[in-house]
Amino acid sequence: MAYIQPKLDLVRRSASSGAEPALSRETEVAKLIDISKCIGCKACQVACMEWNELRQEPEENVGVYDNPHDLNPNTWTLMRYTEYENTAEDRLEWLIRKDGCMHCTDPGCLKACPSPGAIVQYSNGIVDFISEACIGCGYCVKGCPFNIPRISKADHKAYKCTLCSDRVAEGMGPACAKACPTKAITFGSKDDMIALANERVEDLKERGYARAGLYDPPGVNGTHVMYVLHHADKPSLYAGLPDAPRISPLVETWKGVTKYAGMLAMGAAAVVGIGHYLMAGPNEVSEHDEAEARKLKEGRDA
Amino acid sequence: MPEKTYVRRYSAGARLNHWVTAVSLVLLALSGLALFHPSLFFLSGLFGGGANVREFHPWIGLVLAVSFLGLFFRFWRLNLWERTDNVWLTRLRSVLAGREEDLPEIGKYNAGQKMVFWLMSILIVALFLSGVVLWDQQHDWLAANLGLSFTIEQSRVAVLIHAIAAVIAIVVWIVHVYAAIWVKGTISAMTRGEVTGGWGWRHHRRWLREEVARGGKSRPAE
Ligand code: SF4
Ligand code: SF4
Ligand code: SF4
Repeated sequence: MAYIQPKLDLVRRSASSGAEPALSRETEVAKLIDISKCIGCKACQVACMEWNELRQEPEENVGVYDNPHDLNPNTWTLMRYTEYENTAEDRLEWLIRKDGCMHCTDPGCLKACPSPGAIVQYSNGIVDFISEACIGCGYCVKGCPFNIPRISKADHKAYKCTLCSDRVAEGMGPACAKACPTKAITFGSKDDMIALANERVEDLKERGYARAGLYDPPGVNGTHVMYVLHHADKPSLYAGLPDAPRISPLVETWKGVTKYAGMLAMGAAAVVGIGHYLMAGPNEVSEHDEAEARKLKEGRDA
Repeated sequence: MPEKTYVRRYSAGARLNHWVTAVSLVLLALSGLALFHPSLFFLSGLFGGGANVREFHPWIGLVLAVSFLGLFFRFWRLNLWERTDNVWLTRLRSVLAGREEDLPEIGKYNAGQKMVFWLMSILIVALFLSGVVLWDQQHDWLAANLGLSFTIEQSRVAVLIHAIAAVIAIVVWIVHVYAAIWVKGTISAMTRGEVTGGWGWRHHRRWLREEVARGGKSRPAE
């Protein structure tokens, strides 16, 4: 499968001091997933496989509709079904969330990646994995606060939703949005999607979902895939959607102070060594030392 | 000019063990640094690209772990801490100035060498254990054979420990190599297995006395 590099400007590039400057900043785009409208038909999941030419064997039915059971290198988006007993309202709710890359404004995957250009962020906000540059180290898995990237055992490369960056580059919306029969998935500029979400949230509130809201987590500076949630106060109800996602402080330390302090420490050790040699000069054995050693040995032999 | 005497310091086995450790440590440092900072990614070229670095690094690590274990069992006893080591440390100024007449007589290893030994032992254990957590390609094997599996949070801890331990290990390595260069006559201990008697008299007099007393192991120069 030849990879078609979208003709988009980069704003971030992994393991690089700076991205190539974006000539024209594109409007930020976003995909809005309105969970209150989703009927769980999986048309989006199928459309994703179709467009991206991914084939995953169906896995065994273990009593829930989630199939396959987890994201994998061939499943970039996955419907996750949660039965939620809403005791306060005394009803059983079926929460269905379309899981996949959130296209963070501050992407932890990109921060963690050691390979220059293996992860890029376009000026429209899409975060993309560039397979040619990927070395399969799995650092992106550690960097991602949403547990999204998966490493293929076949070619040792990382895979995840591209937000159909190839389609978006040609002015189309993502395949999942096109396939959705209920318009639970919409795609457009981030501003428009926020405005649309706000309308939907108002509507849900009128219909009794007092805690409805938009999921656009500030901990990662917002995302380019957003959810409308009926229970925006408890995102984790939705198959473990993080309540307050942020790049792990462990990853921040690893890619921040450790990286710079480490380079400094190693450089300093080398410089101190050279400096010491120049100041103190070599530590040499004198003829006197050799003579003493000889005397010692002769003393024994005598 | 007095004729030089020579004292045996390392057996052929110990030297081979040392050099296998040394070569794997250098390869590990180079491949690890390639993934440590973007400005060093070019080092991956030495291995034929980043994917090879990802593939080779843990295997080389395995070689190092086994090889270092050999060194550990060879040398741990001689690296046990003694009272004179504290004196050596308090007179670090004399050490750095090369005024060894101010120092107590030293056995086979001085306090600095002992610290390198113990630091490396601890760091290599830390690097090995955290490295196993990061070795994604072997996770299926580890799960099937040892029942080991790791969460993402654990792997974040591991990657941080691995990076910090590696930096410290490289600094300790720099100290080790520098000492061997600065103290003239040292390197032959690891190349030919022997040092001159004068070297022993100057830097490790107690060891020299013991060797001479044991006899046989020292021989005059040809
Ligand atoms: S959700 Fe994860 S993989 Fe997607 S952009 Fe954010 S950090 Fe990267
Ligand atoms: S697996 Fe690929 S994309 Fe992920 S961090 Fe490593 S090089 Fe980057
Ligand atoms: S296509 Fe639309 S309605 Fe069907 S599962 Fe996907 S988001 Fe839900």
